[in-house]
Amino acid sequence: MAEPAIAVRNLTKRFGTFTAVDAVSFEVARGEVVGYLGPNGSGKTTTIRMLLGLLRPTSGSAVVLGHDVAREPEWVRLRSGYMSQKFALYEDLTVLENLRFYGAVYGLSGSRLAQRSAEMLAMVGLDVHRDVRAGSLAGGWRQRLAMAIALVHEPPLLFLDEPTSGVDPEARRAFWDIIYGLADGGTTVFVTTHYMDEAEHCGRLGIMSGGHLLAMDTPTRLRESVAGDPWNITAPGANLAELLDRLEALPGVSHAGLLGDQVHLITAPGTHAAASLGAAAAPGAGAVADGIAVERVEATLEDVFAVLTTAPGGTPKEVAA
Amino acid sequence: MTGRLMAIVRKEFIHILRDPRTLMVSFVMPLIMLVLLGVAATTDVRNMPLAVWDQDKSAASRQLIEAYGAADYFKLAYDADSGAQIEQLITTGEAQAGLTIPPNFGADLAAGRSVEVRLVIDGSDPTLAQTALAAATQLGQAQSVRVVTERLATKGQAGAFTMPIAVQAQVWYNPDLRSAYYMVPALIGIIMMFQCVVLTSTAIVRERERGTIEQLIVTPVRSSELLLGKLAPYVLLGFLDTLEILVLGVLLFGVPIAGSVPLLLACAALFLITPLGIGLLISTVSKSQQEAMLLSLFFLLPNIFLSGFFFPIAAMPTWLQAITYAFPLRYFLTIVRGIILKGAGVTELLPAILATAVYGLVVMTIATRRFHKRLD
Repeated sequence: MAEPAIAVRNLTKRFGTFTAVDAVSFEVARGEVVGYLGPNGSGKTTTIRMLLGLLRPTSGSAVVLGHDVAREPEWVRLRSGYMSQKFALYEDLTVLENLRFYGAVYGLSGSRLAQRSAEMLAMVGLDVHRDVRAGSLAGGWRQRLAMAIALVHEPPLLFLDEPTSGVDPEARRAFWDIIYGLADGGTTVFVTTHYMDEAEHCGRLGIMSGGHLLAMDTPTRLRESVAGDPWNITAPGANLAELLDRLEALPGVSHAGLLGDQVHLITAPGTHAAASLGAAAAPGAGAVADGIAVERVEATLEDVFAVLTTAPGGTPKEVAA
Repeated sequence: MTGRLMAIVRKEFIHILRDPRTLMVSFVMPLIMLVLLGVAATTDVRNMPLAVWDQDKSAASRQLIEAYGAADYFKLAYDADSGAQIEQLITTGEAQAGLTIPPNFGADLAAGRSVEVRLVIDGSDPTLAQTALAAATQLGQAQSVRVVTERLATKGQAGAFTMPIAVQAQVWYNPDLRSAYYMVPALIGIIMMFQCVVLTSTAIVRERERGTIEQLIVTPVRSSELLLGKLAPYVLLGFLDTLEILVLGVLLFGVPIAGSVPLLLACAALFLITPLGIGLLISTVSKSQQEAMLLSLFFLLPNIFLSGFFFPIAAMPTWLQAITYAFPLRYFLTIVRGIILKGAGVTELLPAILATAVYGLVVMTIATRRFHKRLD
């Protein structure tokens, strides 16, 4: 299947003078799990809404499953599942009623509707809560119900907008198990997130910032693309803020930040060695204090984000949590 | 496809049935308004308290006072002994009118002279004042005629005096002039309008407020199915309210239904399109339920005041009368009052029915065109 599930070309959306999505182009192959990583307001939701025909693009085109969304939104919608950020459920309807309602709206009926509803409830583990009102479900269960609703009509393409926000880690893990299961079955998944750890789960990852798609590649290649040497420096008993300021001022340091009780640095390739950084981290000139450890580490997705969003001038732009 | 439509209808009914407050309001509100308007807001004027200062205390003055007391309009409430006391009673509102009979009333009458009796009316409520004025004048004239007849009789000319013109007035449709008969049918229109505009506009805006509209329009459901499905339950609710008011109107106030009930219900169905369309239109521009509520009131209030519900259109200045044609309730009130009070049929009501149909069609067309399955 050469035809991509999603093909986006120069997609742009402006609200007045604000450009929410700026000339974004990418392709998603069928069966891929593609993540869209970026802080709130970076244009992730707006992109998804344009892909589903909920918003009209200001310019550019979006072709989903071979059909132009602007011209055939209903064709695309029938074959897409969508889980919006708010888990938009009818709180006064029960779990089963919510599910059956959406199933019916997607054209299922009779025994097929009953069968799909039961399958979905079993898949997300909500069968015991089927007669509970959606409004009294806890966050993680709401998310599962929203997922079941998005999948009830067996869509070949699934859009998930921050599906794990406000959900506990265990539920997030269970959630990703479901996504992998779907991807194994050939479903294309397009998922937005602002969790770095979650982004690692994706086959490919797009990095969004300020309406721009800065890069899109596998997490591994994105990490490899970081031009520079990442370091973690531990200095027990040191004033971390003061240490950070001092290290940031070193020549060749392109990025510096705190990571727990460590200072995380990226230096230009070959400009520093562990020893020189250790010396710089010591409180007195020339003296290497006890316990200072300098460790050369692999670049993280956070580094990728930090590097990509740092303007050539060196001022870091908005960075994801 | 009917499956999708039915799914939405079913969902809307669940929303309504699981929201006992809305459900209660939609059935209790008509009852309360019916009682309020049928009983309290009556414009029938009866038993206005009258204060009398009789300075004559003759047989003739007592006869005049009795004539006032015998009429339904007044009740003899106070016996005053000064002009100042009458003034005070009227100022405090204890008396609605004050009658002052001069000291030489009986003697002057007997002598065949003309006597002036003074009546002061509290004009702060024009409805009351007008009725009091008309009643008092009429009572005075009747007494004058009696006095003239008596005088002629004493001169041996009994039967010589008759009124040159006798008006044989007949009141049709509402012979007892009960305002409940006039108000109750109109209430059907008011309630239907209120319910449909407010409930439909908030029903759609609520989905937008909670974010469910996004999940809903991302499904392949058609706009027409979505709208029809959302409106259908409120059509039924509007109809149940109509029946409720009709039944209660007959049971509580004995409102006679002169015309055809099926015709009335058919016209009600036709009329419903307009408030449903207005509700829909409001929902397309409102971002919150409060906003929808305010816009609804903004539309409803002029309808109530300019439809002839409270204030007769015929009594309005010409330019305002022209404006009343812009308000859909006006036509429907003509229809309900025509059918219930006068037993009017399609032929008599055709202009109002056509106007209602055109209004509904235009409003609904604009509303559905404005409703898109998009967020921008």
